Amino acid sequence: MPPESLTAPAQDVIHNIGYRNYSGARLGRAYARRSLFSQSLRGAYGLGRSTKSKVLPMTLFGVMCAPAAIMVAVAVATKATKLPLEYTRYAIVLQAVIGLYLAAQAPQSVSRDLRFKSIPLYFSRPIERVDYVVAKFAAMASALFLLTAAPLLILYVGALLAKLDFATQTEGFAQGLVSVVLLSLLFAGLGLVVAAVTPRRGFGVAAVIAVLTISYGAVSTVQGIALARDNTDAIGWIGLFSPITLIDGVQTAFLSATSAFPGGNGPGTGAGVVYVVVLLALIAGSFGLLMRRYRKVGL
Amino acid sequence: MYHPTVARLTYRGLLGRRRAFILFALPALLIVISVVIRVLTGADDGTAANVLGGFALATMVPLIGVIAGTGAIGPEIDDGSVIYLLSKPVKRHTVILTKLIVAIGVTVVFSAVPTLIAGFVLNGNSQQIAVAYAAAAAVASVAYSAIFLLLGTVTRHAVVAGLVYALVWESLFGSLIPGARTLSVQQWSLALAQKIGAEGAITSDVGLPLALTLLIGVTTAATWYASRKLRTLTLAGEE
Repeated sequence: MPPESLTAPAQDVIHNIGYRNYSGARLGRAYARRSLFSQSLRGAYGLGRSTKSKVLPMTLFGVMCAPAAIMVAVAVATKATKLPLEYTRYAIVLQAVIGLYLAAQAPQSVSRDLRFKSIPLYFSRPIERVDYVVAKFAAMASALFLLTAAPLLILYVGALLAKLDFATQTEGFAQGLVSVVLLSLLFAGLGLVVAAVTPRRGFGVAAVIAVLTISYGAVSTVQGIALARDNTDAIGWIGLFSPITLIDGVQTAFLSATSAFPGGNGPGTGAGVVYVVVLLALIAGSFGLLMRRYRKVGL
Repeated sequence: MYHPTVARLTYRGLLGRRRAFILFALPALLIVISVVIRVLTGADDGTAANVLGGFALATMVPLIGVIAGTGAIGPEIDDGSVIYLLSKPVKRHTVILTKLIVAIGVTVVFSAVPTLIAGFVLNGNSQQIAVAYAAAAAVASVAYSAIFLLLGTVTRHAVVAGLVYALVWESLFGSLIPGARTLSVQQWSLALAQKIGAEGAITSDVGLPLALTLLIGVTTAATWYASRKLRTLTLAGEE
Protein backbone atom coordinates (compact mmCIF):
# COMPACT_ATOMS: atom_id res chain seq x y z
CA MET A 1 0.00 0.00 0.00
CA PRO A 2 1.42 3.44 -0.93
CA PRO A 3 2.57 5.60 1.99
CA GLU A 4 0.02 8.39 1.40
CA SER A 5 -2.89 6.24 2.32
CA LEU A 6 -1.08 5.12 5.46
CA THR A 7 -0.78 8.69 6.75
CA ALA A 8 -4.53 9.26 6.63
CA PRO A 9 -6.28 5.94 7.25
CA ALA A 10 -9.92 6.31 6.40
CA GLN A 11 -12.21 5.18 9.20
CA ASP A 12 -15.39 4.95 7.18
CA VAL A 13 -14.35 2.28 4.68
CA ILE A 14 -14.15 -1.44 5.17
CA HIS A 15 -11.20 -1.97 2.90
CA ASN A 16 -9.02 0.83 1.51
CA ILE A 17 -7.65 -0.25 -1.86
CA GLY A 18 -5.69 2.98 -2.33
CA TYR A 19 -7.79 4.99 -4.78
CA ARG A 20 -6.80 8.64 -4.77
CA ASN A 21 -8.58 11.70 -6.08
CA TYR A 22 -6.99 13.89 -8.72
CA SER A 23 -5.57 16.96 -7.03
CA GLY A 24 -3.48 18.41 -9.90
CA ALA A 25 -4.21 21.53 -11.89
CA ARG A 26 -7.47 21.54 -13.91
CA LEU A 27 -6.50 22.82 -17.34
CA GLY A 28 -9.98 23.93 -18.26
CA ARG A 29 -11.91 24.91 -21.31
CA ALA A 30 -9.35 27.09 -23.09
CA TYR A 31 -6.77 24.33 -22.87
CA ALA A 32 -9.19 21.75 -24.25
CA ARG A 33 -10.08 24.07 -27.11
CA ARG A 34 -6.42 24.68 -27.90
CA SER A 35 -5.72 20.95 -27.83
CA LEU A 36 -8.60 20.24 -30.17
CA PHE A 37 -7.36 22.97 -32.51
CA SER A 38 -3.78 21.75 -32.64
CA GLN A 39 -4.83 18.12 -32.93
CA SER A 40 -7.15 18.93 -35.84
CA LEU A 41 -4.54 21.09 -37.56
CA ARG A 42 -1.88 18.40 -37.24
CA GLY A 43 -4.40 15.82 -38.40
CA ALA A 44 -5.08 17.87 -41.52
CA TYR A 45 -1.48 17.21 -42.60
CA GLY A 46 -1.46 13.65 -41.28
CA LEU A 47 0.92 14.47 -38.42
CA GLY A 48 0.34 12.15 -35.51
CA ARG A 49 -1.47 9.72 -37.80
CA SER A 50 -0.35 6.77 -39.88
CA THR A 51 2.15 7.13 -42.73
CA LYS A 52 -0.56 6.34 -45.24
CA SER A 53 -2.64 9.32 -44.18
CA LYS A 54 0.39 11.63 -44.53
CA VAL A 55 0.84 10.75 -48.20
CA LEU A 56 -2.07 12.66 -49.68
CA PRO A 57 -1.88 15.99 -47.79
CA MET A 58 1.89 16.13 -48.13
CA THR A 59 1.73 15.31 -51.85
CA LEU A 60 -0.85 18.02 -52.41
CA PHE A 61 1.28 20.47 -50.41
CA GLY A 62 4.24 19.59 -52.65
CA VAL A 63 2.15 19.93 -55.82
CA MET A 64 0.96 23.31 -54.56
CA CYS A 65 4.49 24.60 -53.93
CA ALA A 66 6.28 23.10 -56.95
CA PRO A 67 4.98 25.57 -59.59
CA ALA A 68 6.01 28.49 -57.34
CA ALA A 69 9.53 27.10 -57.04
CA ILE A 70 9.71 26.57 -60.82
CA MET A 71 8.50 30.13 -61.49
CA VAL A 72 11.08 31.54 -59.12
CA ALA A 73 13.81 29.49 -60.78
CA VAL A 74 12.72 30.72 -64.21
CA ALA A 75 12.51 34.34 -63.02
CA VAL A 76 16.00 34.19 -61.52
CA ALA A 77 17.51 32.42 -64.53
CA THR A 78 16.00 34.71 -67.15
CA LYS A 79 16.51 37.88 -65.09
CA ALA A 80 12.83 38.73 -65.55
CA THR A 81 11.51 42.10 -64.35
CA LYS A 82 8.36 40.57 -62.88
CA LEU A 83 7.04 37.19 -61.80
CA PRO A 84 5.24 35.17 -64.48
CA LEU A 85 2.12 34.97 -62.28
CA GLU A 86 0.55 37.49 -59.90
CA TYR A 87 0.39 36.58 -56.21
CA THR A 88 -3.39 36.89 -56.24
CA ARG A 89 -3.72 34.65 -59.32
CA TYR A 90 -1.79 31.70 -57.92
CA ALA A 91 -4.61 30.15 -55.87
CA ILE A 92 -7.08 30.60 -58.74
CA VAL A 93 -4.83 28.71 -61.16
CA LEU A 94 -4.23 25.88 -58.68
CA GLN A 95 -7.82 25.72 -57.43
CA ALA A 96 -8.12 22.02 -58.31
CA VAL A 97 -5.36 21.19 -55.83
CA ILE A 98 -6.95 23.30 -53.10
CA GLY A 99 -10.31 21.69 -53.82
CA LEU A 100 -8.86 18.19 -53.58
CA TYR A 101 -7.08 19.03 -50.34
CA LEU A 102 -10.26 20.41 -48.81
CA ALA A 103 -12.31 17.46 -50.05
CA ALA A 104 -9.84 14.98 -48.59
CA GLN A 105 -9.25 16.69 -45.25
CA ALA A 106 -12.57 18.29 -44.25
CA PRO A 107 -14.39 14.93 -43.91
CA GLN A 108 -11.32 13.55 -42.19
CA SER A 109 -11.70 16.29 -39.62
CA VAL A 110 -15.39 16.00 -38.82
CA SER A 111 -16.99 12.90 -40.38
CA ARG A 112 -14.94 10.42 -38.37
CA ASP A 113 -15.95 12.04 -35.09
CA LEU A 114 -19.56 11.52 -36.10
CA ARG A 115 -19.10 8.03 -37.45
CA PHE A 116 -17.21 6.62 -34.47
CA LYS A 117 -19.46 8.52 -32.11
CA SER A 118 -16.55 10.27 -30.42
CA ILE A 119 -18.53 13.53 -30.37
CA PRO A 120 -20.21 12.70 -27.03
CA LEU A 121 -16.76 12.05 -25.60
CA TYR A 122 -15.58 15.50 -26.64
CA PHE A 123 -18.59 17.10 -25.05
CA SER A 124 -18.07 15.20 -21.83
CA ARG A 125 -14.98 17.41 -21.41
CA PRO A 126 -15.33 21.01 -20.28
CA ILE A 127 -15.88 22.32 -23.81
CA GLU A 128 -19.02 23.83 -25.21
CA ARG A 129 -20.50 23.43 -28.66
CA VAL A 130 -19.03 26.75 -29.77
CA ASP A 131 -15.55 25.62 -28.72
CA TYR A 132 -15.75 22.51 -30.87
CA VAL A 133 -16.99 24.43 -33.91
CA VAL A 134 -14.47 27.26 -33.45
CA ALA A 135 -11.58 24.82 -33.02
CA LYS A 136 -12.50 22.73 -36.08
CA PHE A 137 -13.20 25.81 -38.21
CA ALA A 138 -9.98 27.52 -37.18
CA ALA A 139 -7.95 24.36 -37.72
CA MET A 140 -9.33 23.77 -41.21
CA ALA A 141 -8.87 27.43 -42.17
CA SER A 142 -5.30 27.42 -40.83
CA ALA A 143 -4.49 24.24 -42.73
CA LEU A 144 -5.81 25.80 -45.94
CA PHE A 145 -3.93 29.01 -45.19
CA LEU A 146 -0.68 27.06 -44.82
CA LEU A 147 -1.39 25.32 -48.12
CA THR A 148 -2.13 28.53 -50.02
CA ALA A 149 0.29 30.93 -48.33
CA ALA A 150 3.40 28.73 -48.51
CA PRO A 151 3.74 29.03 -52.32
CA LEU A 152 3.18 32.80 -52.07
CA LEU A 153 6.01 32.98 -49.56
CA ILE A 154 8.23 31.01 -51.94
CA LEU A 155 7.33 33.43 -54.74
CA TYR A 156 8.00 36.46 -52.52
CA VAL A 157 11.35 35.24 -51.22
CA GLY A 158 12.32 34.21 -54.74
CA ALA A 159 11.28 37.58 -56.13
CA LEU A 160 13.44 39.37 -53.58
CA LEU A 161 16.36 37.06 -54.31
CA ALA A 162 15.91 37.83 -58.02
CA LYS A 163 16.26 41.51 -57.04
CA LEU A 164 12.79 42.51 -58.24
CA ASP A 165 11.35 45.80 -57.00
CA PHE A 166 10.89 45.51 -53.21
CA ALA A 167 7.88 47.84 -52.82
CA THR A 168 5.86 46.33 -55.69
CA GLN A 169 6.57 42.78 -54.58
CA THR A 170 5.69 43.49 -50.94
CA GLU A 171 2.43 45.11 -51.97
CA GLY A 172 1.56 42.18 -54.22
CA PHE A 173 2.48 39.69 -51.53
CA ALA A 174 0.32 41.46 -48.95
CA GLN A 175 -2.63 41.52 -51.35
CA GLY A 176 -2.10 37.85 -52.08
CA LEU A 177 -2.09 37.04 -48.37
CA VAL A 178 -5.37 38.89 -47.76
CA SER A 179 -6.94 37.02 -50.65
CA VAL A 180 -5.81 33.58 -49.42
CA VAL A 181 -7.02 34.39 -45.88
CA LEU A 182 -10.49 35.04 -47.30
CA LEU A 183 -10.23 31.93 -49.48
CA SER A 184 -9.19 29.76 -46.54
CA LEU A 185 -12.07 30.97 -44.36
CA LEU A 186 -14.64 30.52 -47.14
CA PHE A 187 -13.44 27.09 -48.26
CA ALA A 188 -13.03 25.82 -44.69
CA GLY A 189 -16.58 26.88 -43.86
CA LEU A 190 -18.13 25.32 -46.96
CA GLY A 191 -16.09 22.13 -46.69
CA LEU A 192 -16.91 21.58 -43.02
CA VAL A 193 -20.62 22.26 -43.46
CA VAL A 194 -20.88 19.71 -46.27
CA ALA A 195 -18.66 17.17 -44.51
CA ALA A 196 -20.49 17.48 -41.18
CA VAL A 197 -23.73 16.36 -42.83
CA THR A 198 -22.54 12.81 -43.48
CA PRO A 199 -20.68 10.35 -41.27
CA ARG A 200 -19.41 8.54 -44.39
CA ARG A 201 -15.96 9.82 -45.26
CA GLY A 202 -16.02 8.77 -48.90
CA PHE A 203 -19.35 10.35 -49.49
CA GLY A 204 -18.24 13.55 -47.77
CA VAL A 205 -15.25 13.77 -50.11
CA ALA A 206 -17.47 13.49 -53.17
CA ALA A 207 -19.99 15.99 -51.81
CA VAL A 208 -17.34 18.63 -51.06
CA ILE A 209 -15.72 18.29 -54.46
CA ALA A 210 -19.14 18.36 -56.10
CA VAL A 211 -19.98 21.67 -54.43
CA LEU A 212 -16.68 23.19 -55.61
CA THR A 213 -16.31 21.82 -59.14
CA ILE A 214 -19.94 21.68 -60.19
CA SER A 215 -20.56 25.27 -59.15
CA TYR A 216 -17.35 26.36 -60.88
CA GLY A 217 -18.15 24.30 -63.99
CA ALA A 218 -21.64 25.74 -64.18
CA VAL A 219 -20.48 29.31 -63.60
CA SER A 220 -17.66 29.21 -66.12
CA THR A 221 -19.86 27.56 -68.76
CA VAL A 222 -22.51 30.25 -68.38
CA GLN A 223 -19.84 32.97 -68.32
CA GLY A 224 -18.34 31.59 -71.52
CA ILE A 225 -21.74 31.82 -73.20
CA ALA A 226 -22.25 35.34 -71.86
CA LEU A 227 -18.88 36.32 -73.33
CA ALA A 228 -19.82 34.86 -76.70
CA ARG A 229 -22.98 37.01 -76.55
CA ASP A 230 -20.95 40.11 -75.57
CA ASN A 231 -22.96 40.38 -72.38
CA THR A 232 -20.02 41.55 -70.26
CA ASP A 233 -22.15 42.86 -67.37
CA ALA A 234 -23.63 39.42 -66.80
CA ILE A 235 -20.17 37.82 -66.57
CA GLY A 236 -19.38 39.88 -63.47
CA TRP A 237 -22.64 39.00 -61.73
CA ILE A 238 -22.61 35.28 -62.54
CA GLY A 239 -19.31 34.97 -60.68
CA LEU A 240 -21.22 35.31 -57.40
CA PHE A 241 -22.41 31.72 -57.66
CA SER A 242 -19.24 29.71 -57.13
CA PRO A 243 -16.69 29.95 -54.29
CA ILE A 244 -13.56 30.43 -56.35
CA THR A 245 -15.07 33.04 -58.68
CA LEU A 246 -16.37 34.85 -55.59
CA ILE A 247 -12.81 35.16 -54.32
CA ASP A 248 -11.68 36.18 -57.80
CA GLY A 249 -14.32 38.92 -57.89
CA VAL A 250 -13.38 40.29 -54.46
CA GLN A 251 -9.70 40.48 -55.29
CA THR A 252 -10.38 42.00 -58.71
CA ALA A 253 -12.47 44.74 -57.16
CA PHE A 254 -10.35 45.55 -54.11
CA LEU A 255 -6.95 43.84 -54.28
CA SER A 256 -5.94 45.09 -57.75
CA ALA A 257 -5.87 41.59 -59.19
CA THR A 258 -6.45 40.83 -62.85
CA SER A 259 -9.67 38.87 -63.15
CA ALA A 260 -9.61 35.29 -64.35
CA PHE A 261 -13.16 35.69 -65.67
CA PRO A 262 -13.61 35.16 -69.41
CA GLY A 263 -12.30 38.21 -71.21
CA GLY A 264 -11.07 39.63 -67.90
CA ASN A 265 -14.51 41.12 -67.24
CA GLY A 266 -14.34 41.16 -63.45
CA PRO A 267 -16.78 43.13 -61.28
CA GLY A 268 -16.19 46.83 -60.68
CA THR A 269 -16.10 48.46 -57.25
CA GLY A 270 -19.89 48.69 -56.97
CA ALA A 271 -20.42 45.01 -57.74
CA GLY A 272 -17.32 44.29 -55.63
CA VAL A 273 -19.16 45.46 -52.52
CA VAL A 274 -21.86 42.89 -53.22
CA TYR A 275 -19.13 40.26 -53.63
CA VAL A 276 -17.64 41.14 -50.23
CA VAL A 277 -21.06 41.07 -48.57
CA VAL A 278 -21.85 37.67 -50.08
CA LEU A 279 -18.42 36.36 -49.10
CA LEU A 280 -18.75 37.47 -45.47
CA ALA A 281 -22.34 36.22 -45.34
CA LEU A 282 -21.21 32.80 -46.59
CA ILE A 283 -18.44 32.56 -43.98
CA ALA A 284 -20.78 33.64 -41.18
CA GLY A 285 -23.55 31.45 -42.55
CA SER A 286 -21.40 28.33 -42.64
CA PHE A 287 -20.34 29.00 -39.05
CA GLY A 288 -23.99 29.35 -38.08
CA LEU A 289 -24.91 26.14 -39.90
CA LEU A 290 -22.12 24.26 -38.13
CA MET A 291 -23.37 25.55 -34.79
CA ARG A 292 -26.84 24.32 -35.69
CA ARG A 293 -25.51 20.95 -36.84
CA TYR A 294 -23.88 20.29 -33.48
CA ARG A 295 -26.87 21.32 -31.39
CA LYS A 296 -27.88 17.69 -31.32
CA VAL A 297 -24.87 15.41 -31.37
CA GLY A 298 -24.52 11.67 -31.67
CA LEU A 299 -26.43 11.66 -34.96
CA MET B 1 -23.75 -13.66 -63.23
CA TYR B 2 -26.41 -11.39 -61.80
CA HIS B 3 -27.64 -11.67 -58.25
CA PRO B 4 -30.89 -9.81 -57.46
CA THR B 5 -30.33 -9.56 -53.71
CA VAL B 6 -26.84 -8.11 -54.09
CA ALA B 7 -28.26 -5.71 -56.66
CA ARG B 8 -31.03 -4.62 -54.31
CA LEU B 9 -28.59 -4.02 -51.44
CA THR B 10 -26.19 -2.06 -53.66
CA TYR B 11 -29.02 -0.02 -55.07
CA ARG B 12 -30.27 0.85 -51.60
CA GLY B 13 -26.75 1.70 -50.48
CA LEU B 14 -26.37 4.09 -53.41
CA LEU B 15 -29.71 5.81 -53.28
CA GLY B 16 -30.49 5.53 -49.58
CA ARG B 17 -31.18 8.59 -47.47
CA ARG B 18 -29.07 11.65 -48.17
CA ARG B 19 -26.91 10.03 -50.83
CA ALA B 20 -29.70 10.30 -53.37
CA PHE B 21 -29.79 14.04 -52.81
CA ILE B 22 -26.47 14.79 -54.51
CA LEU B 23 -27.32 12.41 -57.34
CA PHE B 24 -30.56 14.25 -57.96
CA ALA B 25 -29.05 17.70 -57.47
CA LEU B 26 -26.46 17.42 -60.23
CA PRO B 27 -28.77 16.52 -63.15
CA ALA B 28 -31.36 18.99 -61.86
CA LEU B 29 -28.72 21.74 -61.98
CA LEU B 30 -27.79 20.78 -65.54
CA ILE B 31 -31.38 20.97 -66.70
CA VAL B 32 -32.01 24.24 -64.86
CA ILE B 33 -28.93 25.79 -66.49
CA SER B 34 -30.06 24.54 -69.91
CA VAL B 35 -33.52 26.01 -69.47
CA VAL B 36 -32.09 29.35 -68.32
CA ILE B 37 -29.68 29.50 -71.24
CA ARG B 38 -32.37 28.56 -73.74
CA VAL B 39 -34.72 31.22 -72.38
CA LEU B 40 -32.05 33.92 -72.31
CA THR B 41 -30.18 33.26 -75.54
CA GLY B 42 -32.37 31.01 -77.68
CA ALA B 43 -31.32 27.82 -79.46
CA ASP B 44 -27.72 27.76 -80.61
CA ASP B 45 -25.62 24.75 -81.61
CA GLY B 46 -22.30 26.16 -80.37
CA THR B 47 -23.81 26.96 -76.97
CA ALA B 48 -25.36 23.51 -76.72
CA ALA B 49 -22.03 21.86 -77.52
CA ASN B 50 -20.30 24.05 -74.92
CA VAL B 51 -22.73 23.19 -72.15
CA LEU B 52 -22.97 19.49 -72.94
CA GLY B 53 -19.25 19.02 -73.63
CA GLY B 54 -17.81 21.40 -71.06
CA PHE B 55 -20.19 20.85 -68.18
CA ALA B 56 -22.17 17.63 -68.65
CA LEU B 57 -19.53 15.33 -70.11
CA ALA B 58 -16.42 16.87 -68.54
CA THR B 59 -17.66 17.50 -65.00
CA MET B 60 -20.96 15.82 -64.27
CA VAL B 61 -20.44 12.35 -65.76
CA PRO B 62 -17.08 11.69 -64.04
CA LEU B 63 -18.42 12.98 -60.73
CA ILE B 64 -21.53 10.80 -60.83
CA GLY B 65 -19.32 7.94 -62.01
CA VAL B 66 -17.08 8.40 -58.96
CA ILE B 67 -20.04 8.53 -56.58
CA ALA B 68 -21.81 5.51 -58.07
CA GLY B 69 -18.71 3.45 -58.86
CA THR B 70 -16.91 3.77 -55.55
CA GLY B 71 -20.17 4.02 -53.62
CA ALA B 72 -21.24 0.60 -54.91
CA ILE B 73 -18.54 -1.20 -52.95
CA GLY B 74 -16.35 1.31 -51.06
CA PRO B 75 -18.52 1.92 -47.96
CA GLU B 76 -19.06 -1.82 -47.44
CA ILE B 77 -15.32 -2.51 -47.46
CA ASP B 78 -14.78 0.57 -45.33
CA ASP B 79 -17.07 -0.46 -42.49
CA GLY B 80 -16.28 -4.17 -42.84
CA SER B 81 -19.83 -5.30 -43.63
CA VAL B 82 -18.61 -6.72 -46.94
CA ILE B 83 -17.53 -9.76 -44.96
CA TYR B 84 -21.17 -10.79 -44.54
CA LEU B 85 -21.60 -10.56 -48.29
CA LEU B 86 -18.42 -12.49 -49.03
CA SER B 87 -19.30 -15.27 -46.59
CA LYS B 88 -22.41 -16.10 -48.62
CA PRO B 89 -22.17 -18.74 -51.36
CA VAL B 90 -22.09 -16.13 -54.12
CA LYS B 91 -19.21 -16.08 -56.56
CA ARG B 92 -16.97 -13.05 -56.22
CA HIS B 93 -17.20 -12.19 -59.89
CA THR B 94 -20.97 -12.34 -59.60
CA VAL B 95 -20.77 -9.81 -56.79
CA ILE B 96 -18.56 -7.52 -58.84
CA LEU B 97 -20.62 -7.88 -62.02
CA THR B 98 -23.86 -7.20 -60.17
CA LYS B 99 -22.43 -4.15 -58.48
CA LEU B 100 -21.03 -2.97 -61.80
CA ILE B 101 -24.40 -3.34 -63.49
CA VAL B 102 -26.08 -1.35 -60.72
CA ALA B 103 -23.38 1.33 -60.83
CA ILE B 104 -23.67 1.60 -64.62
CA GLY B 105 -27.44 1.81 -64.35
CA VAL B 106 -27.32 4.58 -61.76
CA THR B 107 -24.68 6.54 -63.69
CA VAL B 108 -26.57 6.25 -66.98
CA VAL B 109 -29.87 7.26 -65.40
CA PHE B 110 -28.37 10.23 -63.58
CA SER B 111 -25.98 11.46 -66.29
CA ALA B 112 -26.84 10.23 -69.80
CA VAL B 113 -30.59 10.73 -69.52
CA PRO B 114 -30.30 14.31 -68.16
CA THR B 115 -27.71 15.03 -70.88
CA LEU B 116 -30.22 13.95 -73.51
CA ILE B 117 -32.97 16.07 -71.94
CA ALA B 118 -30.63 19.07 -71.62
CA GLY B 119 -29.60 18.66 -75.25
CA PHE B 120 -33.20 18.70 -76.41
CA VAL B 121 -33.91 21.72 -74.21
CA LEU B 122 -30.87 23.59 -75.54
CA ASN B 123 -31.24 23.16 -79.29
CA GLY B 124 -33.87 20.51 -79.97
CA ASN B 125 -31.30 17.92 -81.10
CA SER B 126 -30.17 19.95 -84.10
CA GLN B 127 -27.08 18.38 -85.74
CA GLN B 128 -27.77 15.31 -83.55
CA ILE B 129 -25.86 17.05 -80.74
CA ALA B 130 -28.16 15.91 -77.94
CA VAL B 131 -28.14 12.26 -79.02
CA ALA B 132 -24.39 12.31 -79.65
CA TYR B 133 -23.52 13.66 -76.22
CA ALA B 134 -26.05 11.39 -74.52
CA ALA B 135 -24.48 8.37 -76.23
CA ALA B 136 -21.04 9.58 -75.22
CA ALA B 137 -22.23 10.02 -71.64
CA ALA B 138 -23.67 6.50 -71.67
CA VAL B 139 -20.49 4.78 -72.87
CA ALA B 140 -18.39 6.97 -70.57
CA SER B 141 -20.67 5.86 -67.70
CA VAL B 142 -19.83 2.23 -68.39
CA ALA B 143 -16.07 2.82 -68.42
CA TYR B 144 -16.09 5.18 -65.42
CA SER B 145 -18.21 2.77 -63.37
CA ALA B 146 -15.82 -0.11 -64.07
CA ILE B 147 -12.71 1.97 -63.31
CA PHE B 148 -14.05 3.49 -60.12
CA LEU B 149 -15.47 0.18 -58.92
CA LEU B 150 -11.98 -1.24 -59.30
CA LEU B 151 -10.56 1.70 -57.34
CA GLY B 152 -13.10 1.00 -54.62
CA THR B 153 -11.72 -2.52 -54.17
CA VAL B 154 -8.07 -1.45 -54.40
CA THR B 155 -7.79 1.51 -52.06
CA ARG B 156 -9.61 2.95 -49.09
CA HIS B 157 -9.15 6.39 -50.57
CA ALA B 158 -11.01 5.42 -53.72
CA VAL B 159 -13.05 8.60 -53.95
CA VAL B 160 -9.98 10.82 -53.73
CA ALA B 161 -8.10 8.65 -56.23
CA GLY B 162 -11.06 8.74 -58.60
CA LEU B 163 -11.34 12.50 -58.30
CA VAL B 164 -7.62 12.91 -58.91
CA TYR B 165 -8.06 10.95 -62.13
CA ALA B 166 -11.18 12.82 -63.19
CA LEU B 167 -10.05 16.33 -62.29
CA VAL B 168 -6.28 16.37 -62.47
CA TRP B 169 -5.64 13.88 -65.26
CA GLU B 170 -8.57 14.54 -67.58
CA SER B 171 -9.07 18.25 -66.99
CA LEU B 172 -5.64 19.61 -66.07
CA PHE B 173 -3.17 17.36 -67.89
CA GLY B 174 -5.66 16.79 -70.71
CA SER B 175 -5.72 20.51 -71.43
CA LEU B 176 -1.94 20.92 -71.11
CA ILE B 177 -0.45 17.77 -72.63
CA PRO B 178 -2.01 16.50 -75.88
CA GLY B 179 -0.74 12.95 -75.27
CA ALA B 180 -2.73 12.66 -72.05
CA ARG B 181 -5.91 13.03 -74.06
CA THR B 182 -5.35 9.69 -75.78
CA LEU B 183 -5.65 8.05 -72.37
CA SER B 184 -8.85 9.72 -71.26
CA VAL B 185 -12.30 8.15 -71.05
CA GLN B 186 -13.77 11.51 -71.93
CA GLN B 187 -11.99 11.63 -75.30
CA TRP B 188 -12.86 8.01 -76.09
CA SER B 189 -16.51 8.74 -75.56
CA LEU B 190 -16.20 11.97 -77.57
CA ALA B 191 -14.96 9.84 -80.48
CA LEU B 192 -18.32 8.11 -80.49
CA ALA B 193 -20.11 11.46 -80.22
CA GLN B 194 -18.12 12.72 -83.20
CA LYS B 195 -19.35 9.76 -85.25
CA ILE B 196 -23.00 10.30 -84.32
CA GLY B 197 -23.08 14.11 -84.47
CA ALA B 198 -23.14 16.13 -87.67
CA GLU B 199 -19.88 16.78 -89.53
CA GLY B 200 -17.64 19.18 -87.58
CA ALA B 201 -20.04 19.65 -84.65
CA ILE B 202 -17.98 17.64 -82.17
CA THR B 203 -14.27 16.84 -82.28
CA SER B 204 -12.25 14.21 -80.49
CA ASP B 205 -8.51 13.56 -80.32
CA VAL B 206 -8.91 9.82 -80.68
CA GLY B 207 -10.07 7.78 -83.68
CA LEU B 208 -13.26 5.76 -83.27
CA PRO B 209 -11.82 2.21 -83.66
CA LEU B 210 -9.04 2.89 -81.16
CA ALA B 211 -11.47 4.59 -78.77
CA LEU B 212 -13.92 1.67 -78.82
CA THR B 213 -11.11 -0.86 -78.37
CA LEU B 214 -9.76 1.08 -75.41
CA LEU B 215 -13.21 1.53 -73.87
CA ILE B 216 -14.04 -2.17 -74.06
CA GLY B 217 -10.52 -3.20 -73.04
CA VAL B 218 -10.41 -0.92 -69.99
CA THR B 219 -13.89 -1.92 -68.86
CA THR B 220 -13.16 -5.64 -69.16
CA ALA B 221 -9.72 -5.41 -67.57
CA ALA B 222 -10.97 -3.27 -64.68
CA THR B 223 -13.87 -5.65 -63.97
CA TRP B 224 -11.64 -8.72 -64.15
CA TYR B 225 -9.07 -7.20 -61.84
CA ALA B 226 -11.75 -5.99 -59.42
CA SER B 227 -13.18 -9.50 -59.04
CA ARG B 228 -9.68 -10.88 -58.62
CA LYS B 229 -9.03 -8.25 -55.99
CA LEU B 230 -12.23 -9.18 -54.16
CA ARG B 231 -11.12 -12.82 -54.02
CA THR B 232 -8.00 -11.87 -52.07
CA LEU B 233 -9.48 -9.04 -50.05
CA THR B 234 -7.92 -8.31 -46.70
CA LEU B 235 -9.95 -6.31 -44.25
CA ALA B 236 -7.83 -3.70 -42.58
CA GLY B 237 -8.75 -1.69 -39.51
CA GLU B 238 -9.40 2.01 -39.56
CA GLU B 239 -6.21 4.04 -39.78
